[in-house]
Amino acid sequence: MAGPDARSGADLVLDRVTKEFAGVPAVDDLSLTVPAGSFFALLGPSGCGKTTTLRMVAGLERPSDGRILIGGDDVTHTRAHQRPVNTVFQSYALFPHLTVLENVAFGLRRRREPDPLGRARQALELVELPHLAERRPNQLSGGQQQRVALARAVVNNPAVLLLDEPLGALDLKLRRQMQVELKRIQTEVGLTFVHVTHDQEEAMTMADTVAVMNAGRIEQLGSPAELYEMPRTAFVANFLGQSNLLRGTVVENGGALVGVDVGGARVRVPAERAVRTSGDVLVGVRPEKLHLLRDGEAVPDDCNVVGPGRVTDVSFTGVSTQYQVEVPALGTLGVFVQNLLGGAAVGLGEQVRLACAVRHTFALDGDDDVASGVVALDESA
Amino acid sequence: MSGGQGAGALAAAVGVADRTDRTAAPAPLGDRGRPRRRSPGRWRLGDAVVPVFAALAFLYLLVPIAYTVAFSFNDAGRTNLVWRGFTLENWANPCGAPAVCEAFVNSLQVGAIATVASTVLGTLVALALVRYRFRGRTLANLLIFLPMSTPEVVLGAALLAQFLSLRINPGFGTVVVSHIMFCISFVVVTVKARVASLDPRLEEAAADLYASSWQAFWRVTFPLLVPGILAAALLAFSLSFDDFIITNFNSGSFTTFPKFVYVSATRGIPAQANVIGSAMFGLALALVVAVQVVSAARRRRRT
Amino acid sequence: MSIVSALGHGQGGGGTSPAVAAPRRRARGGAYLLLAPGIAYLGLFFVIPVVALLVTSLYVPVPGGEVGQFAPAFEWRNYTAALATYWPQLVRSFAYAFVATVAALAIGYPMAYVIAVRARGRPFLQGLLLVLVIAPFFTSFILRTIAWKQILADESFVVSAIRAVGLLPPDGRLTATGFAVVAGLTYNFLPFMTLPIYANLERLDPRMLEAGADLYADGPTTFRRVTLPLSLPGVVSGTLLTFIPASGDFVNSVLLGNTSTTMIGQVVDSRFFKVSDYPTAAALSVVLMVAILVLVIAYVRRAGTEELL
Ligand SMILES: Nc1ncnc2c1ncn2[C@@H]1O[C@H](COP(=O)(O)OP(=O)(O)OP(=O)(O)O)[C@@H](O)[C@H]1O
Ligand SMILES: [Mg+2]
Repeated sequence: MAGPDARSGADLVLDRVTKEFAGVPAVDDLSLTVPAGSFFALLGPSGCGKTTTLRMVAGLERPSDGRILIGGDDVTHTRAHQRPVNTVFQSYALFPHLTVLENVAFGLRRRREPDPLGRARQALELVELPHLAERRPNQLSGGQQQRVALARAVVNNPAVLLLDEPLGALDLKLRRQMQVELKRIQTEVGLTFVHVTHDQEEAMTMADTVAVMNAGRIEQLGSPAELYEMPRTAFVANFLGQSNLLRGTVVENGGALVGVDVGGARVRVPAERAVRTSGDVLVGVRPEKLHLLRDGEAVPDDCNVVGPGRVTDVSFTGVSTQYQVEVPALGTLGVFVQNLLGGAAVGLGEQVRLACAVRHTFALDGDDDVASGVVALDESA
Repeated sequence: MSGGQGAGALAAAVGVADRTDRTAAPAPLGDRGRPRRRSPGRWRLGDAVVPVFAALAFLYLLVPIAYTVAFSFNDAGRTNLVWRGFTLENWANPCGAPAVCEAFVNSLQVGAIATVASTVLGTLVALALVRYRFRGRTLANLLIFLPMSTPEVVLGAALLAQFLSLRINPGFGTVVVSHIMFCISFVVVTVKARVASLDPRLEEAAADLYASSWQAFWRVTFPLLVPGILAAALLAFSLSFDDFIITNFNSGSFTTFPKFVYVSATRGIPAQANVIGSAMFGLALALVVAVQVVSAARRRRRT
Repeated sequence: MSIVSALGHGQGGGGTSPAVAAPRRRARGGAYLLLAPGIAYLGLFFVIPVVALLVTSLYVPVPGGEVGQFAPAFEWRNYTAALATYWPQLVRSFAYAFVATVAALAIGYPMAYVIAVRARGRPFLQGLLLVLVIAPFFTSFILRTIAWKQILADESFVVSAIRAVGLLPPDGRLTATGFAVVAGLTYNFLPFMTLPIYANLERLDPRMLEAGADLYADGPTTFRRVTLPLSLPGVVSGTLLTFIPASGDFVNSVLLGNTSTTMIGQVVDSRFFKVSDYPTAAALSVVLMVAILVLVIAYVRRAGTEELL
């Protein structure tokens, strides 16, 4: 059993953990490893089981099945108050009858640590709120409450710090500010952070490792760049950024490149970027990796080319221009062109071909749902 | 049902609920402080009708109290029916009339025991009802509700029927037992409302911060429940102190203050009874005013 | 808590209590441990006495025995006989209680409204007004009722004044009338009406009323469409807390009434103590209890408040 006095970050292992509510799985056979001292983000749509996962790690919910290990110790059956874990709750859960300082000192007092008030003050300095120590939680703004909740957790030096969408209630500016602050605190104190969010940008900018969760399972786990450049499922491809996914069939394999027939066109995908190398696949490419080729323009080396298609929509966003190109037999593809030249280069209704470097192409399982994980525009904001 | 609300109001009046009610769910800054006054506009007759009517209602409520207070100063002799002149004699010597102080002390004793016992029992039940799901919960709720929806004569008669069949002589003990019984339900509904309004995350946060469930209860849950429990205790005491019907059934020759007043009504109530009634009223008033002043001062100091 | 959640769960799937109130734990041992003392107490001193009452209501006098001696039996005719004799008192009790409840609502609602809404933001005034509603509890209600009796006595200056103005005939009186009894009931249970309504109105978000004013821009309409419906649970609680004790009360009818204002509580009391007719007293108590339960359930259903907090 892990004593509650682990002094620095420890690694966290979830081994085939399942949690059912009345027979319905909220977390389904989930396994993951969070290395000690890393900043780990759990990303996924609402209701996918992120909070439930955290609550199991914190000991507030008991897994229906599977094991949880912290620093190598099995804590599956350890009670919440005996785990070296602290949580920043989604709703802060500050104690209304205690002052800010006493809130922060609460955990230290429970463990009979020396000088709880002095250390609580230090923790308040860390979150830049020493001047509010004597206030009560209801006399603080939302952002201040959030920072108190953070101090209250960090001050205990937990082996693992769990953060459940702690920035969800904040406005954009404060949120960015707090992201920087969180990251700073994490590097400063060297704790293992498990940060739950459904803001993909937040996950990508802050975390060393991101796990994308969907319907109680981990879809993919890796560094932000890895997830973005080489998604392994349609859900990840669509949930993190946007992707063009084209149905195709593998017609040639065995070498370093896989040949795929996509609506009559032949494209190549590096074998190590393909989830499968035979049968039906989804060929994927990020919109910003596509180039528009006008009539007669030369095809660059090592590129896949599809089209021609007709430009059906052009929208200028400042940094880039976003095109929708309708290609017969393939559907509509999105293309982002960086605004290097100033203004749109291609007009509405023009016929273009689309090119993309072979090394930027990826292939997914053809059985995946093309639309899974597509983020509605208003939700991604 | 309403016991909870009534008691909530009671608590608010005494100021106990005031602080934590608003902190139970931390609201961001900005909405507090003085609410905006009614928007300026045309003065309407309608705006004055309601306050004037309410003022009359308060008058109605207070007239008999004023009468009671006034006649506590009556130089009454044996029957305090007509005004015979002002005296401080009754206040100087509140136990002057036979048995009045004894009855009053009896009432205080019964009230104190009934309050403590019913508050403890009722609080435990309230905790169980709100926080656990168990077989028989509906039945338990029903059992709490029934005594409140049963008129006092029925409760009194039922208890007496039982005491008689058990050959228990009515007296102090039976009065205390029956007061505890009818106070429990009111305590349960009052505390229940409070427990239900607590954020369950708070206790989880405590557990997360190394508090055992015992510590989490005493350090977090209980302090937050205190206003509700105090309100419930206050309600229990006032119900017990003012009860007549159930007491009358189950007291035998034991006398409480209301019973003393009722029984002596036919012969004439001594002015000392008015002294005690007035003093209790004054005490309640003073208590609340004091609490208000203190909490107002504290509010000012904090902000 | 609510009457409906108490009764409603039994009606199958009625448990629409809000999420906060939803029980979160399943550890049953703890629950039973917490419940045991209180529930056992109520079982011992509520359920068993009520059962004892039921049993007693069916007893028959011991043949040739003394007054107050009864033998176990199943004499259903105790009920029919009691009802045949005392139905006027029963009906009168409900009628008086009903009128008193309506009157208390008419008086108590504006009081509650003024304390909760008009005095909002003035804590001292609000606190003072509340105390004035509550503090009468501490002056014995019997003392206050007797005060009314003196104030309205035939020879009191109030009555003389009313007679002088001509509102009352020279031989007219205020005490010892049905009117006095109803007025006494109204007076005595007024705090039970006012407090729940106050508690309900106090919890209303003032912005809700502002939104109402914003949308309707008319005080009475805002009141009728927003305030009143939202305060309905308080009204239901208050009316129940007034009606139930009022219908069983006898102090007011003894102190303020005459022989033709007798209420059912008085009958139960005198059957018990004056003539030791325990079966009749018990039968009337059972009838009263059942009648009130039926009325309460019908009323709560009618009022349609799912959850009376
Ligand atoms: N106590 C519970 N009882 C029943 N179902 C629950 C319970 N807690 C969570 N669930 C269900 O489990 C699923 C996962 O919930 P969870 O709270 O973990 O989602 P989440 O990923 O944190 O979502 P969000 O981003 O909205 O916070 C949901 O479908 C939810 O309805
Ligand atoms: Mg969540």
